[in-house]
Amino acid sequence: MDQQTVRPTTIAIGALGGQGGGVLANWIVDLAEANGYIAQSTSVPGVAQRTGATIYYIEIFPRQAAEQAGRAPILALMPTPGDVDIMIASELVEAGRAIQRGLVTPGRTTLIASSHRDYAISEKSNLGDGRAEGAVILETAAAQAKRFIHMDMAALALDTSSVISSVLFGALAGAECLPFPREAFKEVIMRGGVAVEANVAGFAAGYAGAQGKPRALAAPVPAAAAAPESATSKQADAIRARVLTTFPDELRALVGEGARRCADYQDFRHAEEYVALAAAMLARDSDDDFYALTREYARYLALWMTYEDVPRVADLKIRAERFAGIRTDVRAEPGEIVSVSEYMHPRFEEVCDMLPAWLGGFLLRRKSIRNLTRPLFRRGRRVRTTSLGGFLMLYMLAGLRRWRPGTLRFRTEMAAISGWTARIEKFQKTDYDLAVEVARCQRLIKGYGDTNARGRGNFNAIMAAADSMQGQENAARTVSLLIDAALVDDKGAALEAALQKAVN
Amino acid sequence: MAERSFTKEVEKLRAGDGEEFRGEGILAVTKALLQSGVAYVGGYQGAPISHLMDVLSDARDILDELGVHFEASASEASAAAMLAASVNYPLRGAVTWKSTVGTNVASDALANVASGGVIGGALIIVGEDYGEGSSIMQERSHAFAMKSQIWLLDPRPNLTSIVEAVEKGFELSEASNTPVMLELRIRACHVHGSFTAKDNRRPKMSLREALENPVRDASRIVLPPANFAHEQEKISARWPAALEWLKANPMNEFFGPPAGETNSDIGIIVQGGLYNTLIRAMELSGLSDSFGDVRLPLYVLNVTYPLIEDEVVKFCADKKAVLLIEEGQPDYIEQAINSILRRREVTAKVFGKDLLPMAGEYTGAVIKAGLEKFIKAQGLHTNPPAPALAPVSADITALGDVVPPRPAGFCTGCPERPIFTAMTLVQDQLGPFHVSCDIGCHLFSILPPFNIGNTTMGYGLGAAGASAFTTETSRRAIAVMGDGGFWHNGLTSGVGNAVFNNSDNVLVIVDNEYAAATGGQHLLSSRAENPTRSTRHPIVQAVRGVGVKWVRKVDSFDIEGMKETLTEALTTKDSGPKVIVVHGECQLSRQRRVGPLFRKAREAGKRVLRQRFGVDANTCTGDHACIRLSGCPSLTLRDNPDPLRDDPVAYVDNSCVGCGVCGSVAHAAVLCPSFYRTDIISNPNILDRFAAWLRGAIITRLQDSAARRRAARAL
Repeated sequence: MDQQTVRPTTIAIGALGGQGGGVLANWIVDLAEANGYIAQSTSVPGVAQRTGATIYYIEIFPRQAAEQAGRAPILALMPTPGDVDIMIASELVEAGRAIQRGLVTPGRTTLIASSHRDYAISEKSNLGDGRAEGAVILETAAAQAKRFIHMDMAALALDTSSVISSVLFGALAGAECLPFPREAFKEVIMRGGVAVEANVAGFAAGYAGAQGKPRALAAPVPAAAAAPESATSKQADAIRARVLTTFPDELRALVGEGARRCADYQDFRHAEEYVALAAAMLARDSDDDFYALTREYARYLALWMTYEDVPRVADLKIRAERFAGIRTDVRAEPGEIVSVSEYMHPRFEEVCDMLPAWLGGFLLRRKSIRNLTRPLFRRGRRVRTTSLGGFLMLYMLAGLRRWRPGTLRFRTEMAAISGWTARIEKFQKTDYDLAVEVARCQRLIKGYGDTNARGRGNFNAIMAAADSMQGQENAARTVSLLIDAALVDDKGAALEAALQKAVN
Repeated sequence: MAERSFTKEVEKLRAGDGEEFRGEGILAVTKALLQSGVAYVGGYQGAPISHLMDVLSDARDILDELGVHFEASASEASAAAMLAASVNYPLRGAVTWKSTVGTNVASDALANVASGGVIGGALIIVGEDYGEGSSIMQERSHAFAMKSQIWLLDPRPNLTSIVEAVEKGFELSEASNTPVMLELRIRACHVHGSFTAKDNRRPKMSLREALENPVRDASRIVLPPANFAHEQEKISARWPAALEWLKANPMNEFFGPPAGETNSDIGIIVQGGLYNTLIRAMELSGLSDSFGDVRLPLYVLNVTYPLIEDEVVKFCADKKAVLLIEEGQPDYIEQAINSILRRREVTAKVFGKDLLPMAGEYTGAVIKAGLEKFIKAQGLHTNPPAPALAPVSADITALGDVVPPRPAGFCTGCPERPIFTAMTLVQDQLGPFHVSCDIGCHLFSILPPFNIGNTTMGYGLGAAGASAFTTETSRRAIAVMGDGGFWHNGLTSGVGNAVFNNSDNVLVIVDNEYAAATGGQHLLSSRAENPTRSTRHPIVQAVRGVGVKWVRKVDSFDIEGMKETLTEALTTKDSGPKVIVVHGECQLSRQRRVGPLFRKAREAGKRVLRQRFGVDANTCTGDHACIRLSGCPSLTLRDNPDPLRDDPVAYVDNSCVGCGVCGSVAHAAVLCPSFYRTDIISNPNILDRFAAWLRGAIITRLQDSAARRRAARAL
């Protein structure tokens, strides 16, 4: 007892069900057993293997030490906080969870984690942005672990057509925290005999990453479609010049993007109007707050002035860049034929929206017509954009752009924008922060159909609340809270409660 | 055809004398059964013992060679009733299930077999689904052993000990004419380790010999007056016989310093299953080395019921204090030990649930904390070895806000998801309903994003759980039941019951062709051909057969159809139970079936079609209604590519299997035009290529002209 005894090396794996944590555990067991170690692994799969968080645990012990002692080591079946040598996490939040569970100890634990995110359902369900702050986990992990090796293993797995478990296995080899050479790791994959080539590629990528020589990833799919070449007309030059001369440095890119978007959406006239509205707001603004008001207004004005209607959606759907992007996204190989079908569900309202304002308004008010046409709109439609018929239909719908300024929807939206602008201008005189929040509130108007109507209802409710709160000390803060509340649930319960509180 | 194929592992079951067997705990148990000359095995799958059933299913050849009958029982009750074969004949038999839920179901038959007793060894292998990873109510199988006088083994969680427990369990059973229960915790079932194998043995008596020479003994049948005699016999004959056998063949173990040496005046008593965790805690506290060479006397109960009074007294007699480590509640063992010591006037003080928690799993940290309290109270000085535990240094409280919970959920492409999407949409229109749930994957409906379901009363009991709600009202209760639960007992307890009692409720039966939650085992209604089982017995026929008039079949991916059918069921004037059978093959099983065929065909140059779904990032506005109505793991988020927007857009990642639910959701809920389906044809034929070329030529031309117009207004 008094002599320094050999202790097992303890390895825990935190993974999501279906991510291959079990495969990784089996590899580690095989690695150890083939290289002079006794290995024991356990897991608690159960229901967690259906996408939940689960943990695998492995202990390895040198066979020689056991033979010398003439007895088998007693290996634990679950990690004890403070007694983990290597913690492997297949995803960033799972690394955070391991730290919370006490499985990462300073001065002891090597933490190997993929820094990518698989969002939890609570994060995905949010009506706005409910994603957890990954940076906090990265910082805590760096402070808590003896060594923290992390890289985006999902990207590496995708890039090498392998799976996260093989990248993790590579990172484990590259971390050099187990007494086995790289070759021994590779042999395990070979022995497995399943998707060997891909697994070895993933392994190599993880190994290089852990050695501080990360693999250069294939260029990611460009986030936004590359802007087409700029037009060279006089009108275009005039708009560009106005943006350049009117707006301060820090706003130029934003307003320029807004103008570009409006022109792409409709025409130069639309862009001019946008720039004029933004310029008018700027004229009232000051640089005390770095033009916060103009910044928010210009941004949301651009989004509002390019609201998604039938021609816009059709226009975006038929673009060549989109076709190319989809091919890349589904990783179609040369020679494979890719076709695309859209899921659309136009309603009576969308048709009226696209008619001349007088006609659209007239039809919308006629219950009888709505009832008569109901069968036409009951079911969704699947449009095959890559077929001639489907393409031509969308092509023609996109062409309706020309008539847009006369449509019912255009009139409605522009009137709403005027009301919003007027309200911002009014608040700006007495309560700058409130004006900024009111500008931001446009964020709620998004989506299509009922989603859009719900957002608009929330927007209007908050506008009314803002009117009633004008002059109150904390009006801006309250409006900001109301916006957050509107994004909590789609039944509007949180907003209703928040409105009650705000008004009382 | 279960979720995991064991064809490779099964070969290990042939290992002979002296060979090293490496594998999972549950596989070792299977091997031990064959080494013990078992004649028949039955059971019902469920974590953590599903693999035992799956291995045996895949081991048909070996079982046939040995003359072992294996049955995938209809329920745990069916399995337990199988043990009747050991009542009259010296046939060894084993049954297995998930406990305590399975033991609940089995207890009628168990009590009967325990009352009359057995002459052939009868072993009940229970996977104790307790603590982390468990999906059921937290209870102990111990109570069942006590109430029926069944001996309970809780071996140390290493393969050698587990295998020995199986072998000795049969002997003990035969020596005491009592069924023996072998309790394996979750991690022990899944532990990978090794043991030295023995040859497999054919059963001493074959089932055929037994059938051809029937034996009848009325005194073994539970009927007055035999039932009264049985109770006396348990106490006067079988219990003493068990103690006698255990005295000759000790199963409990003693470790540590013998009487008279340092520290021998205090000791620890532990359930065998917790031994490894205790040793690690002792090691970290400086009381043991890695080989379990402990500095305190240790008494390991590999048999936790009955307690062997003489052993307990012998261990405690020279001690001032003992710590009992007994997981779960009530503290049956602690009560029993106190009672023994009091009766035998042993003064050792028993610590247990006063230093350790009464309820909850005994993890390494929990045992270590309790152990340290005990050591401190006894004034023992220890010398924890390096590496000492470093304190937590970083401030980890900030993680509380950024580590979201990760509940289990429906898999990508699961056919059950659209059912609850439809139910959500129906509730949006008709208002909320009372929903009685069952056991199975569909129970994930109670979790986000669906949040549907009020109660679950057990496997197959979804419909029965709604049976009180038979009353005059315009609102009907909805019950959900899986095909697993349906065949387990739901056909009678739920459907038949509803017919007989004129229930007006709605029952949704999820027919995914497998017992999916337990690992994709086949059922009566599975569509697949199974060489050893009789499948393809439609649920609809069974439901009609027990008298249901209103039955509808719906394709689970048809969300509109499901919405309409459910609405009709909830509003129709027809009386009697309304049964909707929703069919859609379990995607996990489907991918396992179809995936390899697809890859093979593609590689062989055959024309194959695959589908995937996508979301247009520039028309998605980031509201995520689609996610709230689906919850598909492959439907996730990514940064909004639009520099003017902050809210992330929906995104379908590469794990998409093209089930189409997200598109149907967009249609049914009138969400947005962002979803699209991509059809990818590999190895297209000449017609495909020509059509694609023609379309491409025209479309490209139109795209070019549109692009020119856009360029003219580009800024």
